Amino acid sequence: MNTLTLWFHKFGSPPVFHRIAVRLAPWLFGFAVICGLAALYGGLVVAPADYQQSDAYRIIFIHVPCAWMSLFAYFFMAANAFIALVWRIKISEILAMASAPVGAVFTAITLITGSIWGKPMWGTWWTWDARLTSELVLLFLYLGVIGLYNAIEDRRQAARAAAFLALVGIVNVPIVHFSVNWWNTLHQGSTVRLLGPSRIDESMLWPLLLMALATHVWFFASVLVRARVSLVELEGGKEWAREIALGKGEPA
Amino acid sequence: MRYGTNASACAALVRRDLLLTWRRRGDALNPVLFAVIVVVLFPLALGPEPNQLARISAGIVFVAILLAGLLALDTLFRGDHEDGSLEQLVLSPHPLPLLLGSKIAVHWLTTGLPLIVVAPVLAEMLHLPRSVLPVLLAALALATPLLSLFGAVCVALTVGMRRSGMLLALLVLPLYVPVLIFAAGACNAAQSGLAYLAPLLWLGAALALALVLAPLACAAALRISIS
Repeated sequence: MNTLTLWFHKFGSPPVFHRIAVRLAPWLFGFAVICGLAALYGGLVVAPADYQQSDAYRIIFIHVPCAWMSLFAYFFMAANAFIALVWRIKISEILAMASAPVGAVFTAITLITGSIWGKPMWGTWWTWDARLTSELVLLFLYLGVIGLYNAIEDRRQAARAAAFLALVGIVNVPIVHFSVNWWNTLHQGSTVRLLGPSRIDESMLWPLLLMALATHVWFFASVLVRARVSLVELEGGKEWAREIALGKGEPA
Repeated sequence: MRYGTNASACAALVRRDLLLTWRRRGDALNPVLFAVIVVVLFPLALGPEPNQLARISAGIVFVAILLAGLLALDTLFRGDHEDGSLEQLVLSPHPLPLLLGSKIAVHWLTTGLPLIVVAPVLAEMLHLPRSVLPVLLAALALATPLLSLFGAVCVALTVGMRRSGMLLALLVLPLYVPVLIFAAGACNAAQSGLAYLAPLLWLGAALALALVLAPLACAAALRISIS
């Protein structure tokens, strides 16, 4: 066995994963908060107002990173679902299921901030634009995965069923996006471009990218914490979990 | 012990499922009745103005048929799961996707086909222009098997759950969105005098793909939820 597979197997063992998650999560959260605050300062204070949208555009620093995350979280979930179904790795099942609620919340934030942004810019809270509709369908996909996972009694079977659904969803996402695009362009062209004709300025770009970094790190921290909790729940009968529960310090 | 051929196994399964449906033929009409009721509700809610109804009639027919198909999905594996014959299907030496494919085909014959038959009546009730009717029927002929195939995958995941109705709707809805868009889109295009062939071809392509892949996915899902 080479080093990589060895590392993979080691990371896949529940006690080791638990120990890493406990150590890593606070650092990741701290890093994400600092990055996020810096990005907010850059976006809300330093960056100049847009020449078309004035200050209203500043919601982009929340909206766009969350939109990226909503897709990234789905891909992360589907990749883990694939690993879980093919190689039956327990950690992957747990990681996939832990990322579903986090991704769903990012999707919901995207939709909510989008409609707050849409009201002053487009004059409406909601429009049946292709992007909005596919984001909504993405939210339904997340909710389906979460619902299926919670509806089945046996945790591992539930994770496998929901992982399968996540894989069906990943095939579905591009099809939905394509069909919705076709559907909307049949009726009317896209009337509003998100950023107007101007490309984004550098003073606006760095807070955006920094915020994207912060949301990514936050996502991983959040997934680690969630995965750790469900891992302890799942392995409640095992020796290492009992030792943690009794506060006998960290398992070797 | 010798087993029959795959073809004979499928034929036996088809004969059994058809017979079961025939013995309870009153139940088999429920989806049709449901679709009619949904369609009747729309003029009551929107007003009887013929021009307005004609404009949205194709969409209403599709939504009504989609909902009726959703309600009918529940019966696909329920009886077989309750009396244990679903486990026997999974254990049988014949390829599971093939057996499930014939089950889905029978399910489409007994729920999808009656809905297509009743569709002209629904369209007439909503004043759909006669010229659009062939497009509507073609779109339905392509879309209803797709609904059965996609639905079967999701039903296989929820098999054995006591109250799966709402969850099933949530699982199936994202899969039905593209089908609904293309099927209703073809009718709307035909109604406004535009080219309607492209969405029908897309539906056909999706059907060809789903005919191959959906039984495989259904079998994989069933193995997960029965294990």
